[in-house]
Amino acid sequence: MKNRQNSIRIQTFEAIVIGVSAGGLAALARILPKFKKDFPLAVLIVQHMRRDADGFLWRHLDTLSRLTVKEAEDKEAIQPQTVYIAPPDYHLLVEPDRTLSLSAEARVNFSRPSIDVLFETAAETYQQRLIGVILTGANNDGTRGLKTIKSYGGLAVVQSPESAESDAMPRSAIEEVAVDHIVPLDRMGRFLNDLACGNSHG
Amino acid sequence: MKNKSAELDNERLEIKLLLEAIYLKYGFDFRDYSSAHTKRRLENRLGLSGLEHYGQMQHRLIHDEAFFNELLLDLSINVTEMFRDPWFYKKIREEVIPHLQTYPFIRAWHAGCSAGQEVYSMCIVLEEEGMKNRTQIYATDFNELILQKARSGIYPIEVIRDYTANYQQAGGKKSFSDYYSAQYDHVIINQELKDKVLFSSHNLVTDGVFGEMNIIFCRNVLIYFNKDLQNKVLKLFHDTLCPGGFLCLGSKESLKFTNLVDEYEVVAEREKIYRKKRRP
Repeated sequence: MKNRQNSIRIQTFEAIVIGVSAGGLAALARILPKFKKDFPLAVLIVQHMRRDADGFLWRHLDTLSRLTVKEAEDKEAIQPQTVYIAPPDYHLLVEPDRTLSLSAEARVNFSRPSIDVLFETAAETYQQRLIGVILTGANNDGTRGLKTIKSYGGLAVVQSPESAESDAMPRSAIEEVAVDHIVPLDRMGRFLNDLACGNSHG
Repeated sequence: MKNKSAELDNERLEIKLLLEAIYLKYGFDFRDYSSAHTKRRLENRLGLSGLEHYGQMQHRLIHDEAFFNELLLDLSINVTEMFRDPWFYKKIREEVIPHLQTYPFIRAWHAGCSAGQEVYSMCIVLEEEGMKNRTQIYATDFNELILQKARSGIYPIEVIRDYTANYQQAGGKKSFSDYYSAQYDHVIINQELKDKVLFSSHNLVTDGVFGEMNIIFCRNVLIYFNKDLQNKVLKLFHDTLCPGGFLCLGSKESLKFTNLVDEYEVVAEREKIYRKKRRP
């Protein structure tokens, strides 16, 4: 009985994937600084942006974060304690050998990078050891990917629509997916940090 | 969840067998492509085809060449445009052309040329820099259908606005409309621009060296390969480039993590333009 209890309660994670669109810079700037220096997971982020965006986003977030924040590079090995941001105009994919790939194939949900592409490939690699997070945004990219994460036993977290600058993306995810946690923006950073560091949740 | 995970393992096994079947039957080798990418492309075709699983797909592609040709289009990404990444072409004009102008004759190779948009972009640059008549351009792709499109130089009229904006940002010296004629819903690239281009079939994975080149363009092709295959193809480029020759990659491709990083100097970091060192 107690063993069964343990196997239900303990879920360890390898990575967090975050999908965010309109209002993302402000949201990420509040979440990432809450991650402690010894944050044990890799963080992979798709933020929708203009195709000619420069590296402002990741450079800015890097100055705010205790973890290394960088632009994701093709065939790079994924490391813990590191935040990877998908480059503009490329999809970001997770390979089964835990490296990253980029792709310039057609837009998905009118987006490149697309949240679904990252979430679905990450789900297949990390399976139940993955946390998927949908934040503010004005479309429904990410909903399908979050569903895939759940289907492999991963954890689904969504920003509460009331706390989102644009609530369409969180609402779509909540309507379509059996989400595990709905968390307001001001608690999201601490919440994810506790999850990642293995503190109690649920 | 256990079932889902076991199902995924089986799917991966079936995909491996399917890629093996493609290689054995048709000679196209996708076995060292990036596997997440390949799986997505195949998933897409599986959904459209109404087939139930990759085992069925394998059977069908062995027996039905038309079906295989559709799949071939799925597996090659043909998303591009004229003067894609305008800053790249600007850099070519500023940093590369002055070197190329010191040669009496140059050879350029567009490897993975897709429907030819970037080939004709370079033709325009060479024309405007007064070099077109002493250049031979080789443009290759493994996909015969796409090569036919490239040869025809016909593009839908909707894309011309974007191409024109790119051309101007890339430092174009004339009016972009000088280079095509419009007919109904499409445009045709002028014949004079095509004069110096030889389109032909070549597979980077299975075919060998291709003459001696002064400059090679291979943009947004290597990202679809795994690391070993990237290194193999970069070796092919290295063997093909003359000393002091230029290698141009896609804006998110790099020699950084490869075996050949010490063999090149960086001409332009953001534009991913490299120059093969001259060895004594």
